[in-house]
Amino acid sequence: MRPNGGGQPPRLRPRDRSICASDDALAAALARDLGAGFEALAYCWQDRIYAFALRMTGSPSDAEDLAQETLVRAWSALGDYAPDRVRALQIRSWLFQIAVNLGRNRARAMSRSVSVSLEAMEDHASPDERAYRELNLARLADGDPAGNPEEALERRQRLAELAARLLALPEPHRLALTLRHIEGLTYPEIALATGLPAGTVKSHASRGAAELRRAIEREQAREAYRVETEMK
Amino acid sequence: MMAQEHDQASSLVDARRLRNDLRSLGQTTAPRTVAESALARVGLADWFSSVETPLGLVYFSWNDTGLSFATREDDETVFREAARTSHGRALALAEPPEWLANAARAWLAGDDQAPLSFDLARLTPFERAVLMKTREIPHGEVRPYGWIAREIGNPRAVRAVGTALAHNPTPVFIPCHRVVRSDGQLGAYSMGGQQAKRTILRAEGVNLSRLESLASGGLRYVGSVSGDYYCYPTCHGVRDLGPDDLVAFRDETSARAAGRRPCETCRPPVALLAG
Repeated sequence: MRPNGGGQPPRLRPRDRSICASDDALAAALARDLGAGFEALAYCWQDRIYAFALRMTGSPSDAEDLAQETLVRAWSALGDYAPDRVRALQIRSWLFQIAVNLGRNRARAMSRSVSVSLEAMEDHASPDERAYRELNLARLADGDPAGNPEEALERRQRLAELAARLLALPEPHRLALTLRHIEGLTYPEIALATGLPAGTVKSHASRGAAELRRAIEREQAREAYRVETEMK
Repeated sequence: MMAQEHDQASSLVDARRLRNDLRSLGQTTAPRTVAESALARVGLADWFSSVETPLGLVYFSWNDTGLSFATREDDETVFREAARTSHGRALALAEPPEWLANAARAWLAGDDQAPLSFDLARLTPFERAVLMKTREIPHGEVRPYGWIAREIGNPRAVRAVGTALAHNPTPVFIPCHRVVRSDGQLGAYSMGGQQAKRTILRAEGVNLSRLESLASGGLRYVGSVSGDYYCYPTCHGVRDLGPDDLVAFRDETSARAAGRRPCETCRPPVALLAG
């Protein structure tokens, strides 16, 4: 069903980004005018939902599909809500709940296991795998543009490896870690988004972080050994 | 510093850096198509693409109702802004669906029956009537503004027809370039001025020099020497006739006096009987 023509209030232009900073302002805009509010929501949230999907799937094209689908489902859900419910929406946990569910559906449908061994990745990364990591990171902001180009390169490589290690984590740990430390949701928000108890989510996130730290330490030890051996 | 403390200190640094790095992984920009395609799929934005024409690159947008905007433009950003001003919606890049691609291609090749549909919701009923009537002017032919006015039942609204045509959201596909002045001047054309109008009419095979010489001689209609009718000079029934096979008339009164009837295809005005 298309919104009616002429006589509508002007659309929130994408440049009006101030609304993006406040979930309450967005919810109020949605309650006032669903079409204009949703357009603002789509522009405001596409980056974060895409980032979430990219960290979870490792595939830019899957992430695009997932992010788009999340927004389409959100619109569809909004159509069924009474205005009061729209006004009271907790946008963050609501949107990520949709994204998480869609991600789970996708994983079920594909029923393939993303079990890449960390060792295999670190030691034997093929040019393809490296390029794939590069691609994952292609959209990253460059940190400090005025900084040392060597540092910037080193940072990009470090982030690329981190993204790859994230993908190797068991899904529940990756999910909790991504929502907490990448997307910055609170544990209660993550509980709402995942349907899991906050305590469970907390333990998933800390286990995931511990696994990441162990993997980094292993790599550092291996690197130190390599350097030592070369010097002999 | 003792070895153990050093290890603890460095693992603290690593933990902080890990946290910062994770946060950085969240600073990713989505391709613009994420929001745009979602908006288009739910009907809040239109789709758009572009096509080469005799005039150059033409960008156009469409939705479930039909074509919503078109313009001769090389710069996608300029086009997006113009579309937003015209119909108020954002745009998402897409391959046109087959029905539209085929119809657009056919139309540009001169097929008047190409099944194009249009979204003219933001126009007034008068403007819609003018534009839909304009769609009836065949490829390679032109009509005066007065013809449109008469055909839609507002014979006096000649100026208003001009204004309505200037509001045509989809030039090229709604052929406002085929509406000209009766005095031989081509008239206005918002998408590139008179020069562009000449170019596109010439590309359609309109005999502009014949039109201009007839008009400068004060002659509005022509008919085949041996025939019973009078037509607009670009009417398909007469346009391919050589000058020796044609007879010309100043107006509908003199055509009627010569015993001629108005062509039923191009429908020039009928002279009313005196008295």
